[in-house]
Order: sequence, then structure tokens, then C-alpha cells
Amino acid sequence: MEYFLQQLINGITLGSIYGLIAIGYTMVYGIIGMINFAHGDVFMVGGFVSLIAIVALGVTGGSGFFPIILALVLVVFIAMIIASAYNWTIERVAYRPLRGSFRLAPLISAIGMSIVLQEFVRIAQDGRPKPLQPIVTGGYEIMSREAAQGEFIVRLSNMQIFIIITTLILMAVFTAVITRTSLGRAQRSCEQDMKMASLLGIDINRTISITFIMGAALAAVAGLMFFLYYGVTDFYVGFLAGIKAFTAAVLGGIGSIPGAMIGGLIIGLIEVFWSAYFSIEYKDVAAFAMLAAVLIFLPQGILGKPEIEKV
Amino acid sequence: MAASGQDALLRVEHLSMRFGGLTAIGDLSFTAARNDITAIIGPNGAGKTTVFNCLTGFYKPTEGSVILTHEDGKQFLLERMDDFRISQQAKVARTFQNIRLFAGMTVLENLMVAQHNTLMRASGFTVTGIFNSPTYARANREAIEFSEHWLEKAGLVDRADDAAGELPYGDQRRLEIARAMCTKPVLLCLDEPAAGLNPRESEDLNGLLLNIRNEQKIAILLIEHDMSVVMGISDHIVVLDYGVKISDGSPAEIRSDPAVIRAYLGVEDEEEAEVVVERAVAAVAKKPAGKKVAAKKPPARKKGGRK
Amino acid sequence: MAAAPKSNDVKTEARPLEAAAIAKDVLFTAILAFIILGPILGLKTFAISGSLALEQRWGLVAVFAAIAAAGRLAYHLLVWQKPQARPSKAASASFLPAISFGKYLVPVVLILAIALPFLPGVDRRVVDLAILILTYIMLGWGLNIVVGLAGLLDLGYVAFYAVGAYAYALLATIYLPAWFGDGIVPWAFFITLPIAGILAALWGVILGFPVLRLRGDYLAIVTLAFGEIVRVILINWSDFTGGPAGIGGIPRPSFFGLPFTDGEGGFAAFFGLDFKPIHRIIFLYYVILVLALLTNFVTMRLRRLPVGRAWEALREDEIACRSLGINTTSTKLTAFAIGAMFAGFAGSFFATRQGFVSPESFVFLESFIILAVVVLGGLGSQIGVVIAAIVIIGAFEVFRELNFLKAVMPAGFDPVQYRMLAVGAALVLIMRWKPRGFVTRREPSVVLKEKKAISTDLVAEGHG
Repeated sequence: MEYFLQQLINGITLGSIYGLIAIGYTMVYGIIGMINFAHGDVFMVGGFVSLIAIVALGVTGGSGFFPIILALVLVVFIAMIIASAYNWTIERVAYRPLRGSFRLAPLISAIGMSIVLQEFVRIAQDGRPKPLQPIVTGGYEIMSREAAQGEFIVRLSNMQIFIIITTLILMAVFTAVITRTSLGRAQRSCEQDMKMASLLGIDINRTISITFIMGAALAAVAGLMFFLYYGVTDFYVGFLAGIKAFTAAVLGGIGSIPGAMIGGLIIGLIEVFWSAYFSIEYKDVAAFAMLAAVLIFLPQGILGKPEIEKV
Repeated sequence: MAASGQDALLRVEHLSMRFGGLTAIGDLSFTAARNDITAIIGPNGAGKTTVFNCLTGFYKPTEGSVILTHEDGKQFLLERMDDFRISQQAKVARTFQNIRLFAGMTVLENLMVAQHNTLMRASGFTVTGIFNSPTYARANREAIEFSEHWLEKAGLVDRADDAAGELPYGDQRRLEIARAMCTKPVLLCLDEPAAGLNPRESEDLNGLLLNIRNEQKIAILLIEHDMSVVMGISDHIVVLDYGVKISDGSPAEIRSDPAVIRAYLGVEDEEEAEVVVERAVAAVAKKPAGKKVAAKKPPARKKGGRK
Repeated sequence: MAAAPKSNDVKTEARPLEAAAIAKDVLFTAILAFIILGPILGLKTFAISGSLALEQRWGLVAVFAAIAAAGRLAYHLLVWQKPQARPSKAASASFLPAISFGKYLVPVVLILAIALPFLPGVDRRVVDLAILILTYIMLGWGLNIVVGLAGLLDLGYVAFYAVGAYAYALLATIYLPAWFGDGIVPWAFFITLPIAGILAALWGVILGFPVLRLRGDYLAIVTLAFGEIVRVILINWSDFTGGPAGIGGIPRPSFFGLPFTDGEGGFAAFFGLDFKPIHRIIFLYYVILVLALLTNFVTMRLRRLPVGRAWEALREDEIACRSLGINTTSTKLTAFAIGAMFAGFAGSFFATRQGFVSPESFVFLESFIILAVVVLGGLGSQIGVVIAAIVIIGAFEVFRELNFLKAVMPAGFDPVQYRMLAVGAALVLIMRWKPRGFVTRREPSVVLKEKKAISTDLVAEGHG
């Protein structure tokens, strides 16, 4: 029971991170119908920029509570801006010129971009994993139990609280933007019918650019949290995290933002429980198998609408 | 002359199709006779294409049965068959409302693909074909000849080696029909074959359809909005509205059925409706069926016929 | 942002921008480049006494930002200012102008390929490179069946390559000797080759079956997942696959039973030649050449058979296929199976050539390179695959030769480090320039009167 509870906490934490990345996939797929293959790598860049900002600002676990919070807010902003600049540029360079062309072209271009980002970071920052001392420390003991091997304690760390609260705030802000603002309306109309939206005077290019920027900003936050949570990052984390987040986006129903979050939580929980109860070596197999199973059996996702084949 | 008894090639019985809460077809029954042209008409959204999709296996009907009887007495329950088996075994071919040609392949290749199953057997399911066995070589030659035969009928011989996507619209429509005929069907289902055609092309099409019926001795099921085509060549008409059959009979019977006038023409005012129908009738009456058909364009759905 | 001209508009208008607008745009590019490159390139992290420190490299950032700005300026002045400079339709339509040209090209390339090991100036390195290129050509041709003909986008093709390689590795090192004694080892390659092909084809069907209903990007990402699953299993199932360390000591191929060794009973002694290590390399070269040509021959033949036409029809319109009585399930599965079979052959060859296999060789990147060969060549084009494989694999090798750069650039500069970066960037650029690949002509599979090539602009890209 205690063990289960601990895994549940870990799973929700990880799932929040996947959910944030998944939003970027789901929005881009919803609006231009392509998998932004480089999105996982933008997440990785976000993590790296955070790492660099943290080192540059000299934030350590020893600084007091408020300085740390303040510094992290600053770091998040820097990471968001830079990751957004990346995604904006990627869209301009690699996707926009190919819009409306041969369908394979944007996909190849996206994978090419993903390779460019990975290799760029690998060369610029060398290929070694970058570890960092924990910054957000401490936490609460929720439950403890005497077990045969000693005491088993269920912990909810401050880091986990930080991740979950940040995710909730971002979700709330984001949902408000999509449902309440004219920008959100423009995005939703582009999703429905891009040509019609443009005829009605919506600047499609601008809307798409902003979609990429928003997705990147969320991915950057996820990058920071992922890096703080695991305490280490490298140039290759984006590939796997990206695939898992994409699975989450499809599972939740592509195009649906609450769906992406729900999908993220489910994928996070599956990964954590699979590792805890079955086999940690095969945890990625679980993720990939999950991806295949979702796409094959539930391609419309949990919150998506089923598609009727048009003849 | 509604077909009945053994003469019926196709019997549709109590067919229903629902999508979620929407009933696209409700309890539809009709028959199509061998060697007849049966038209299914009705306003947009009446469920005509859905009927076709149920007949050809693209949709599985919610209820009801579709029975096809070959001349040798063999029966097929189409609602239970996979879509490709309906073409392969029951010999039902179809065309699509929004032309589905293999645009990047040549006209001839399109017709060769339609003879897939014959050629597949001849090629020993690829195993002997890969060594170009004499059986396959002969079958291939025959398939090309058969394609040429249909290209001639459709007036497309000169375009045989052009990409199907390069053809003008009217040619594409005829090519799609020729392609369907290359599967050697007993029932040909045509989904709005005259849509978007100019009067000349429309005329060519009528000629092709009558030729198919008269020479090939097969039945045709036709969805069409163009009244000149429908009245000109069909032997039997089924009228749908909101997924329900509202009338069924010969063109003459349909013409005089008040229910059809009300529902299909969508005209509230009886007098105006009569004018519309009269014009359609007059247009057909002027020219005997099969030769030249009125150059009148599409649906007399809205008030006042055109020109 | 507003200053950046929209590339879409530029194409239609192509009117000169004012100098001020250009300056603004170039400045914007420089700033953007600075923001993008700044943190990652300008501040290098390195580990020092248990924590991280930063090394500042702003000079480098400035140089690259300047290059980006200069590039943008050049683009403004040279490309956008001259509307006629845009590639005209005729020029971009085809890399190989006409089929008649291809008619002479193919025999010439073929003769060159056959004579290659004996041409003057061809040493071991060249033959090795040729073997590598031929391997990719073969893989490209195999994948071309799945992606180019049937239109099923497969990002996990390397899984079948792995199946072939491990099949040979395991059979040749463990199972065949155990079952039939050591005498069989020299023949192992020729015995295993068909088995590896069949196994890979079987896996093609197994992995193809669940994805039959999928199309487009979804199909791509599921096949990617399958490819990764196969790799993770190869890493973790140590008892069977040797785990991350892989399998070593795989027997080298023999000349139909004659080993390439010095002394009695060897290939050289039997034919009365002086023993040279290159004999084996040349033999390997001919093995892969024959395998690749076999792949090509079979593919060309299949295109003229109903199954091949059904593949292409499937790529064009699946629903129409079904309405014509084509069993799309079996059609798709045969495409997966036959494509996978050739990957299996190539995998066996890879294992015998390397003498060593490990999961490292079967990463996603490998699938992607093969896909890039196919797409760059022009989907469905056999000769396109040849050109693209030479370009891509050749470009890889060129990076090895860029040693003079080491002299120019700062210490520690190793051009080989940059080759994946260059390939990634090149793919992005090539997709902008030629989204349909080098060869944009499709040859009809059957002709009534006159053979006319079809522009691939008409050809559908398939559902998968």
C-alpha cells in the first residue's frame, strides 16, 4: 500500500512533465496535422538552457527558500524565451516553406531538424551527461511503515510539489488562453479549417507561429522540471521523452489540451508502475508498446471524436 | 416495372444505417432487376451514397439485408461480406461521387489494376509470374486487349499512356466507369456520374451507359441529380428522402407522384413544382431516350429551372 | 517579426524590398541567431570538482550570428531580388532529363559497378566504401517497395535489418555448428541467407499486421516504436542476443567453401594466386552487388506483376482499390514482407562483413538514413536510390577527408564530429529545394502505344 502510494506520487509527477510536453505536440498536430518531431528536442534544449542559467546565476541548494523560488522563476522565463525562439525558427526554416507540399517532406524535414538540434547540443556542450546538485530539497513524510527490510517511508518532496503546482497553474492559464482569448479562437478556427479561417481574415502564419511558441514555452518548463527532478540531463533525453509525450497526446485525443494532460498522467503512471512492479529494463518497451496499442486500438484517443471513413 | 421474384438481381430488405444518433437510412427496401437501369434519386443528404456504401461493403448496415443473386442462382449476402470480396466474388463494381482514380498511374494501368484478381491467379500469386510464365504472359496480353476494348468504348484509346490525373474531368468520369467495367461486374453502381459534366460530356456518358446495359446485359444502379439523365435512361426509379423511401416505380409513375414533387423538388408551392416538373418532362420528351438527351443541367432543387 | 518577409509572399510578388527593410530583416536575423546560439554555444558547461562551471565563448557566437546575418543578406540580394533566379518548372522537373538518358546511364553504371574492383587506382578503401554504398542501395531498394511503391511510411525498417544480422550471427556462431558440426561453418552464409530473409519477412508480417489500419504519421511513429522495441529487446535479452555487447567472432564468408586464408586449402592457393587480404573484400563486394541487383531485378519485375500494380494503386487510393476487389490486407502485408526480406538479406551480409553485431548498429538513425535515401532519390525510383545513396553515404565519407580543416580551425576540431549535424541540416535544405527527391518521373509499368514518363507531382504519397 505504502509502496503503491509512493509510486502513485512519482507517477503523477512524471506524468505532469509528459503532459506539458504533450500539449506542444497536440496543438501543432491539431493545427497543421504534422508531428513536430523536433519538439522533444526543443524540450531538451529547454532543459539545457535551464541548466546553463542555473549555473550562471549560481543557484545552489544552499540558497534560501525565496532566493531559490525567485531564481527558478527567472530561469523558467529565460528557458521559455529561448526555447520559443528555437521553435519559432524551426517552424520558419523547416516547416513553413513545406506547408501544402508533398506530405512526407515536412516529416523528413522535422526529423532532420531533430537531428540538427541533438547534434548541435552534443557538439556545443560535449556529449557527456550533465549532473547537478539538487536545488529544491526537502519534503514531507506522509506515511511510514515498519517493514522487514527496515522502515519504508512515503515521501512527497518539495520538488514534486513544485512540479505539480506549476503544471496546474500553467494548465489553468493555458486553458484560459485557448478558450477565452481571440488568439485561442483563431487557433481553434485554424484547426477546423485553415482555408476558411484565412478567408475570414485570420493571419494563419501568425497563428501557427504563436502555436509553436506556446508549445515551446511549455516544453521549456517541462525541460527545467525534468532536469531538476532527475538531476541530470544530456542531449538525447528529448527523443524518448518526445515519443512518450506524443503517445500521451494521442492517448488523450489529438488536438485536445485537457486530453494531453490526462494522457501525460496515464503514460507517467504506466511507466512508473511498470518499472516498480515488472521490469525497469523494459520500461521503454512498455512506453513503445503503449504507443502502438493506443494508435492501433484507440486512434481517436480518450477525448477525441471517432472518425468515420469517408468514401 | 418494379422487378419481382426471380428476375431480381438485387434485393435490399429493411436496410437501416445509423451513425450514432443519426439515421442515414431507415428501413429501406427495393429491388433492382437484371438488365435494368435503376436510379436512386433524392435531395442532397437523403442517404443515397450511404445506400451505395452499404451495398459495396464500405459500411456495415445496422440492420437489414442485401441479397444479390447471380444468373446461375448463386446468392450473396452483401451485408456480411468484406468490401473487396463484394467486387471480387459478388461482382458488384462502383464509381465514386468524387472520382477516385489512380491519378499517378496511366489510364491503361488503371484498367489493369481493375483486372487484379484475374491476373493474380494467372501469375500464380506472383510465384510463377515473377519468371514470366507463359500463362501469365498470355493473361497479361489478354488483359491489355480487354483494357483496350473498354478504352475504345469510353473513347480514351488515345490517352491510354497518359496519367489518369492529367485527363479532363469528363474523361476521368468515363475512365472510372471503364475501370469498374474491367472487373466484369454483374451490377454497376454509379454515384453521380454526370455531376459536373458539360452537356456534350453528359451526352457521351448516356451513350456509354446505354451501351453498357444493352451490350453487356448487366444491371446498373444509378445515383443522379441530373433529371435529364435519370428520366432519359432509367427503367425504374427509387426516391429517397431523409433516408426513407417515398416512392418507387417507373419514370412515368415517379413524375406524377405528388409525394415526390413535394419532397424531392423541395418546392412548397404546388404550382411552381408543376412548372419545374413539366420542364424536365418536356426536355426528355423532345428527345427519345438513349439517343440525345437534353442539355439541361442539374438539380431542379431550387425554384425555377435554369434557362 | 513583421520585417521578416514571408517566403510565401515573396514567391508571388518578388518585388525588390527596400534597403531599410532588408537591413531590418538582417539585423533581426543576427539578433535571433544570437539568442538561439547564445546560451548553448556561448556558455559551455564543464564539470569541475563535483559541480558545473561555465566557459564563455561569446566570440564564437558572434561569428556564427554574423554568418547567419550574412547568409540572410546574400539571400535577399541574390535570390529574392531576382524573380527569374527562381528555378523554373522545367529545370526543377527532373534531375534526369529524360528516360532516354537513363537508358544509357544504367548500363554504364552497371558496367562500372562490375569492373570497379579492378579499375586502376581502386584500393581497399574504395572497395570498402563501395560495399557500404551498395548496402545502403540494397536497403533503399528494399524500403522503396514499402514506402515508394505501396506508400506505407515505415520508420522502423532497421528492425528487419537487425533480424537478418542477428539471424546470421546466432546461426553461424552457435546453432549451425551445434546442429551440424563445425564443417558447416564455411557454408553458413549461403545457408543462412535464405533463412534470414524468411525470418525477416515473417517479422515484416508480424509487425505489419497490427498497423494495417493506420495511415500517415501514425503509421510512421508506430513503425518507429516497433523498431525501438526490437532494439531494446536486443539490448536486454542478454541470454539470447548477447546484450549490449553483441555477438562477436561471426564467421567470415568463404568462396563457396574455400576460406580466404593464406596457405593450403585457401581461396588463393586453390586458384594459384598470391594470397592477398583484399580478395575477401572483393568477394564481399560481388556478394553485395549480386544481392543488390537481385533486389532491383525482383522489384522491377514485381512492378509489372499484378501485386506490384496493386501496391502502387494502394498508394494512390486505398478505397478505390477495395472497390476493385483488391485485398488490401494481403497487398500491404506482401509489401511489408518483401521489403523486410531484402533487409534481412542485407542484415546477414552486414553481419558477415563486420564479423560482429550489436544493438548499436540498429538505432533509429539508421532507419532514418535509409528512408532519407529513398525520399531523396525520389519515391519509387530505383535509379534515384542509387544516386541518393552515393550522395548521402559519400557525403559521410567526405567528412573523413576534410583533414585540411583541422589546420585552419582551432585545436581539437574534428570534422567527423559534424557529419550528422551536416546530414540533418542537408535534409532540411533538400526538402525545401526538392521535396520530391532527385528523380521526379515515374515510369509506367505497362504501355499500350508509347511510353511516357509521369511527373510525380501527380503521384500520390500514399496513406502511410
